Parts: sequence; structure tokens; C-alpha cells
Amino acid sequence: MTAAVETRWTTARIAAVERDGTRLVRLRLDVDGRQEHLPGQHYVVRLRASDDYTAQRSYSTASDPTDPLVELMVECLPDGEVSAHLHDVAEVGDVLEVRGPIGGWFTWTGDVTAVAIGGGAGVVPLVSMLRHARRLGIADRLRVVAVGRTLEELPYAEELIAAGAFVALTRENLGSRVAAPPYPEEVRDLVDLPTPAERAYVCGSVGFASFAQRVLGEAGMRASEVRVEQFGATG
Amino acid sequence: MPVTRGFTGKRRGAAADQQRAERLPPGQYDTGSDWPSLTAEATPDVDVERWSMRVDGLVETPRSWSWREIHDLPGSSYRGDIHCVTTWSKFDTTFTGVSVDTLLEAAGPLPEAAYVMAHSTTGYTTNLPLADVTGGRAWVVWDFDGRPLSTDHGGPVRLLVPHLYFWKSAKWVTRLELMASDRPGFWEQNGYHDRGDPWLEQRYQGDP
Ligand SMILES: Cc1cc2nc3c(=O)[nH]c(=O)nc-3n(C[C@H](O)[C@H](O)[C@H](O)COP(=O)(O)OP(=O)(O)OC[C@H]3O[C@@H](n4cnc5c(N)ncnc54)[C@H](O)[C@@H]3O)c2cc1C
Repeated sequence: MTAAVETRWTTARIAAVERDGTRLVRLRLDVDGRQEHLPGQHYVVRLRASDDYTAQRSYSTASDPTDPLVELMVECLPDGEVSAHLHDVAEVGDVLEVRGPIGGWFTWTGDVTAVAIGGGAGVVPLVSMLRHARRLGIADRLRVVAVGRTLEELPYAEELIAAGAFVALTRENLGSRVAAPPYPEEVRDLVDLPTPAERAYVCGSVGFASFAQRVLGEAGMRASEVRVEQFGATG
Repeated sequence: MPVTRGFTGKRRGAAADQQRAERLPPGQYDTGSDWPSLTAEATPDVDVERWSMRVDGLVETPRSWSWREIHDLPGSSYRGDIHCVTTWSKFDTTFTGVSVDTLLEAAGPLPEAAYVMAHSTTGYTTNLPLADVTGGRAWVVWDFDGRPLSTDHGGPVRLLVPHLYFWKSAKWVTRLELMASDRPGFWEQNGYHDRGDPWLEQRYQGDP
């Protein structure tokens, strides 16, 4: 386990905003006094109204640790207090309060071979892991399964496909693969080949996480080697 | 700290009436009837026939209770609010189980015991000052709103320390270890605050 690093609130300037599709916004932040993160860690973003009312939410880093900017990918939820602001209002030059990096458990530094399964916005921390692995030339140690409803709704779809991730879409066909959640055999292949994975990471909504844990269990992954990060709707 | 350009805030409407708003610690929102579930590990399958609850460490007599034995102890309920560090609070929950005081009385803490480490079947741990789990402020619970606690929420049995952030209320608890000195548990080693008082916003290390 990594030694915990103390983090304090600081400010970040939005250096880039990119709206991908209709529900996703990619933010690139220039964080004051930034500390290097581990792939899988997250930041807390706090918004402040003029009467000092605040709302804060966590967002995984998508960026490689050596990226000079911290990249977040936020999925806009209908009526979401923070995500809707970031999606609809945030612009380059805006200053946000942030705190991070946080979390020392859902992290992968390349020390073990791993299978990582993400659903929807749950792929974001896996993108950081993938970018890290590619830079270090250890992409063979990380097998990523990305699950989305449609290609348009899946964050980083193109990058994931280009990096060799296994993409399963549940609402539209992808190439010759008919729309469906990942099949146990599809996951088993990634757990087993070419050598058995030593650890698994699961990230997504509560429903998705329990599905992914079940499939991993069927594929022979020991429950004690599964690390889970759940966010999104309730459960 | 800077005002966020264009941000007015929505959620404060969720706790519209004054009384509810006053029950929300800083930075929290009212999750209403939802109960979000956040877990770091795979949800375990706990067999109540083989389950036991143990109190050991710095005690006169280490004690353990089977599922039946713990139900035979005098019961105790909590009715009130709970607060999660991920910013939701849930009002008017009812949990039933046994007071941690009852378990500690049976084991007899030694005078030097000052801290407790709660352990789960999953290997999860969380540390607490002994004073935070005594005096009718902590429970080991198995019912939520009159029904068995679901596995997602730590069933069959979880610790309940409602005056602290909910990561202190270890799910699937099986052991309370009394200690002389403090030692960080799982999230506490991972950057979270050692105590976790929601009213002081003790979320992460470095908070007051
Ligand atoms: C460790 C971690 C990492 C995360 N990483 C990411 C990430 O990389 N990308 C990402 O997009 N998200 C991520 N999240 C989720 C994120 O923190 C927020 O939960 C998400 O953006 C929603 O926040 P919000 O303020 O927009 O929505 P909220 O205002 O909190 O609303 C959430 C949902 O509840 C509904 N709702 C709103 N008000 C009410 C009400 N009064 N009653 C009932 N329902 C209501 C909304 O319609 C919405 O669907 C992460 C979470 C965690 C814990």
C-alpha cells in the first residue's frame, strides 16, 4: 500500500474544454501546486456560488501521470448539480477549486498483470492506466474491457479501441459483435490469456460493478484480488 | 477561495425546509430515499451459520458470539441520520442490532485500551477512538428499516457509528480489536481523515 500523501484544496484553471458527443465533457486542468497522481486516483472538484454555497464531487483522472495537465472526463447527468455545470457552463479560463490526487487503493502502477473492466464513465480511470502502460511500454500487463451503451456515449471510445481494449456495446452492434454486455467467455479469455491476470479492477455503477464482479468470479478471478470503484446512480 | 463563474447551485433546493437543511453537515446533500452503495472490495458472501463476531485485543476475556448468540443479547436500535464522505446524507434511518457497549461489557476492556480497529471478513479495517464507540454511540446492526440488512450495505452485519462518516461503519464486520495506540485502517492509510467527523468536515488527511 502506498504511503498516504496529504492533499489540500488548491485552484485549477481550465486550460481546455472539449465536448465529446452530447453528454461528455473533457476538461484539461492546470492545477496549482500539482502533485503527481497514480493511475486510478481521483480529484475532488468544488464549485462555489457567490453566496459561498458549495457543491463538490469526485472525478477520476484520465491523464497519464507525466501529463503536465490533469484531464477529467465528466458525464453530464440530467439535473446533475456539478456535472451539468461542468458540461454546460464551464469554459477555458474558469478557475475551479480542486483537491487531489486522492485514493490509494484503486490504483495500478504496472507492478502486476491486471484485467480492468469499466462501464460508462467508469472507463475514465482505466484510460489513465492505459496511457501509463503505453508510455512505459508495458501495455501487455493491462487488459481493458470497456462497456458502453453506444460508441457515442462511451468516453474515449476511439482511444480505447486503438489501444487494443476489448469494447462491448450493449445497445448497438460494433463490427461483427452483436449488441450485448460482455459474455463470460469473452472476459475469461482476457483473465486467462496469455498468462492469468493477478488482479482485477472494476469501475462503474453499482449494477455494473456487481455484474462485472460476477463475470470475473465465473472467470476464476479470486474475490480478494478484485478492486472495485463504484459511482453513478444509487444502489 | 474563488467563486465559480456561472455557478448558482441546485441541490440546496433538495433540503428546502429549514429543519432538514440544519441537519445537513457542511458539503453534504440530502439523498432522499436513495441509499448509494460504495465499496472498495468485491461484495462477500457471508454464511450466517459460520459467521461470528469477536471482541479481542486489550480485553480481560476475548469473547465471540455466533449469529444466534448475538441475537440473544439485549437489542438496541438507532434512529437518525447517516453521512457519507462522498457527500450524501440520509435522514431518519432505523438500524437494529446490539449496542457496542453490550459487547464491550462482556469482554471487559483493559484500562490501557484507547482505540478500536474494526475488521471485516473482506480484510477491510477502520480505526476509531474507543470513546467514539462507547456511551451509546455505536452499534453492531443487522436490520435496516425493519428488514435484514442487504449484502450491498454490509449485511448480514455491519458496524454503525452514525456520528462519523460512514466509512467508519465497517460493512461485514466480524471483529473489534481493542488497542492501546492508534493505527490507521484501510481508508485512513489511503488519504482519508483519521476520525471523520462530518460536522467538522474531516474528510481527508490535513482537514481540521
Ligand atoms: C471516486 C469517484 C470517481 C468518479 N469519477 C467520475 C468520472 O471520472 N466521471 C464522471 O462523470 N463521474 C465520476 N464520478 C461521479 C461524480 O462524482 C458525480 O457523482 C457525478 O458527476 C454526478 O454529480 P452531479 O452533481 O452532476 O449529480 P447530482 O446532483 O449529485 O445528481 C446525481 C443524480 O441524482 C439525480 N438527482 C439530482 N437531484 C436529485 C434529487 N433532489 N432527488 C433525487 N435525485 C436527484 C440527478 O438527476 C442525477 O441523475 C466519480 C465518483 C467517485 C466517487
